Amino acid sequence: MAEITSPLSAPAGQELKSKKASDSTLARVARYTGIRLITLVITVVIGLYLTILIANMGGYVDTIRRAQIREDVNARIAGNPAYRGLSIEARQKVVQDEIQSKVSALGLDRPFIVRSFNFLADAITLNLGRAFHMASNSGANQVRLIILERLPPTLLLFGVSDIILFFAALFFALGLSRRYGSFFDKLSVGLTPLSSAPGWFYGIFLILLFASIWKVLPFGGMVDSPPPPSTVGYILSLAKHMILPVMAYTLSQIFLSIFTWRTFFLIYSSEDYVEMAKAKGLPDNDIQNKYILRPTLPTIITSFALLMIYTWVGAPIFETIFNWPGLGRALYQAVGLFDTPVIIGETVIFSYLLAITVFLLDFVYALVDPRVKIGGEGGKV
Amino acid sequence: MNLKSIKEIFRYPTVIAGSIIIAILIGIAVYAVISIPYDKAITLWRGSEADWYKNPKNAGPVWYNWFRKDKLPETIDLISDSETVTREVKDAGDGRVIIFTMPITYDYDGFPDDMALYFKSTYEEKPPFIGLSWIGPDGEETRLNNFEIKNRFTYRLDQDRKITRKLGGRVASVGLFANPKDKDSKTPIHGDYKLKIEAVTFDKSSDLTAEWVIYGKLAGWAGTDHLRRDLGIALLWGTPIALAFGLLAAVGTSLTQMIIAAFSAWFGGWVDTLLQRITEINLVLPFLPILIMIGTFYSRSIFVILSAVILLSLFGQGVKTFRAVLLQVKESAYIEAARSYGASSGRIIFSYMIPRLIPLLIPQFIVLIPSYVFLEASLAILGLGDPTLPTWGKIIQDAESQGALYQGWYYWVLEPSVLLMITGLAFSVIGYALDRVFNPRLRGQ
Repeated sequence: MAEITSPLSAPAGQELKSKKASDSTLARVARYTGIRLITLVITVVIGLYLTILIANMGGYVDTIRRAQIREDVNARIAGNPAYRGLSIEARQKVVQDEIQSKVSALGLDRPFIVRSFNFLADAITLNLGRAFHMASNSGANQVRLIILERLPPTLLLFGVSDIILFFAALFFALGLSRRYGSFFDKLSVGLTPLSSAPGWFYGIFLILLFASIWKVLPFGGMVDSPPPPSTVGYILSLAKHMILPVMAYTLSQIFLSIFTWRTFFLIYSSEDYVEMAKAKGLPDNDIQNKYILRPTLPTIITSFALLMIYTWVGAPIFETIFNWPGLGRALYQAVGLFDTPVIIGETVIFSYLLAITVFLLDFVYALVDPRVKIGGEGGKV
Repeated sequence: MNLKSIKEIFRYPTVIAGSIIIAILIGIAVYAVISIPYDKAITLWRGSEADWYKNPKNAGPVWYNWFRKDKLPETIDLISDSETVTREVKDAGDGRVIIFTMPITYDYDGFPDDMALYFKSTYEEKPPFIGLSWIGPDGEETRLNNFEIKNRFTYRLDQDRKITRKLGGRVASVGLFANPKDKDSKTPIHGDYKLKIEAVTFDKSSDLTAEWVIYGKLAGWAGTDHLRRDLGIALLWGTPIALAFGLLAAVGTSLTQMIIAAFSAWFGGWVDTLLQRITEINLVLPFLPILIMIGTFYSRSIFVILSAVILLSLFGQGVKTFRAVLLQVKESAYIEAARSYGASSGRIIFSYMIPRLIPLLIPQFIVLIPSYVFLEASLAILGLGDPTLPTWGKIIQDAESQGALYQGWYYWVLEPSVLLMITGLAFSVIGYALDRVFNPRLRGQ
């Protein structure tokens, strides 16, 4: 949700102690990262367990498992010549016995508490069986394959968008913080409310303008159909299809990011050590890079991590509007087809994506946060 | 949080504009709920044929004509009982001959979208037989078709191949209004047209009524969708739903987050650790996919979704923000004083700590409202809106699924989007302004 990130939540007034233990920096970063990794793994496991509990509230996961066992057993017995001579009743009995033994072998007749841990293990490995209706491009209907196939387009789209957003917002925020109170500063503050609308919303307007009225950019999709045969052509076509989604994403997030980050910069640039540096007559660029940007970065990374989590979660609708063949649109399709295994698998993979995002940004945080480096209290996301 | 700061807020012109917009939206919401009762709105939105047969499909809003030189047609609806229709009755054998002449004046610059005749007949054994003919502005009469009218019968002129063939390949609603000599004419001839229905009945008590609907290209102040429904219903009724959902979700999440943060900050120790760990777990729970899962598996009722939103946001980021402030508040002298006279934890939390959050809470709360309004629309676009309620998101979903942007039916997407946008902007403009007034952290720099 678009929340006002109050600077009060940011660790204001950091103290830059002198570097005294640069030899153990790597070890400290590694230890900090290691601890964060273990904490995150535990967090994800608990998160996934909660997801499983929600998913199985009406016995949905059980139903999937039973249906799959029945299908497997039926197919195997129908294809086995040894059973061909049997009467229908006898064959039914064989099928029933087989299903029963499978059910107890998989522990489906055990109490829910025990079963829920089996499901958890399956979810962690994305071993969610077969989709009911959906299939990957190669024709496989394994949930894991469907999801892994949809992962790269999503990573590409959101990765590119996030990188562009991060550097653009950083550039503008830093620039505006140096021109506090100027026309452009006031303008950017005035535009902040535009961030109340999510990316897909701007997507609709951009599609209307660029695809529908001016007809200069495609309505959606990832590449032209049929895809261009040459690699260069493919990349160009991909870039053309990415313009609108990246624009929509940036448009919806950039003003709030600029506003928030600019405020962080302003807070940090009124610190005593900055005044001191100015008094010493250090060049402006040095002050900006070493005394303002550096200590503000951890706070900005925290704010960016929250933003990325918010936008990851919005992927289903964002990709649906742009017809982008990624994870999000797969979830939309799965909802339309009531494809339960895919819906659960998608929820799991999104948990993973969120956790990996948190972890990566934590790692960057550890690299840039002086408190981690010199062994003070650990920062947190 | 006093009179002075409230006065200060209204120095921002954007805040005045935002407040006016919110007042108008609340007015629309109240008007919608009063003028169209809940049950009626839901039945109308279900879209049965009987409610909407007089509307054209995918017609734009009537105000399009205000900005156009060539006026697009609106729907003309003529019932055989109305005063302008002449009815002649003659006896003939066992039965009668009934002749209706239905006159219209056509002065639009575009062809109608479609034309249909809705007949109702009563008879003993043999249904009446009718002949249709068309009289143009020049007085020339063209025979169209003959057929039998059993009980209720709908005749769509554009789907009659015989007429299309007679008009040289053009459907009735184009061919009948165009210049017969010019096969490529793009504009209809203005003037008075008449449709003559000659009915032969086979018993004296047999009778019939007819309704002639000439579907326009424009209908209603909001236009219509692919099911002929008037979008105005959903635009009107979407307002109270969007406002109520946004408000309830924002109140629910802000209040619960605030209370959890207060407990976390006040008790500290293992309570704090536990609550903070839960916040971290909550961070990796994919909010929208879980909502989608709940919507798909259990219920799409707006109340279920609302409860799920609040439950999933209990340990949201607000908890961390509020806790950080409360940790400072906890150290204040007046809390010390309260503790020293023996105030209970509950009293300190609710009477002394939480009130200090109000300046931080109110702006955050107002900024949260539009994000939940958009969340409701997002769910509707994913097909997980409440199945019965007409909402803005549902209109966008219908428009998306019918390819409105490809087809050029822009009004269909733009009307709900613009409403969403101005609602979002109105609330967030006020929220950000309040934040600047209540938390003047940058003043004096």
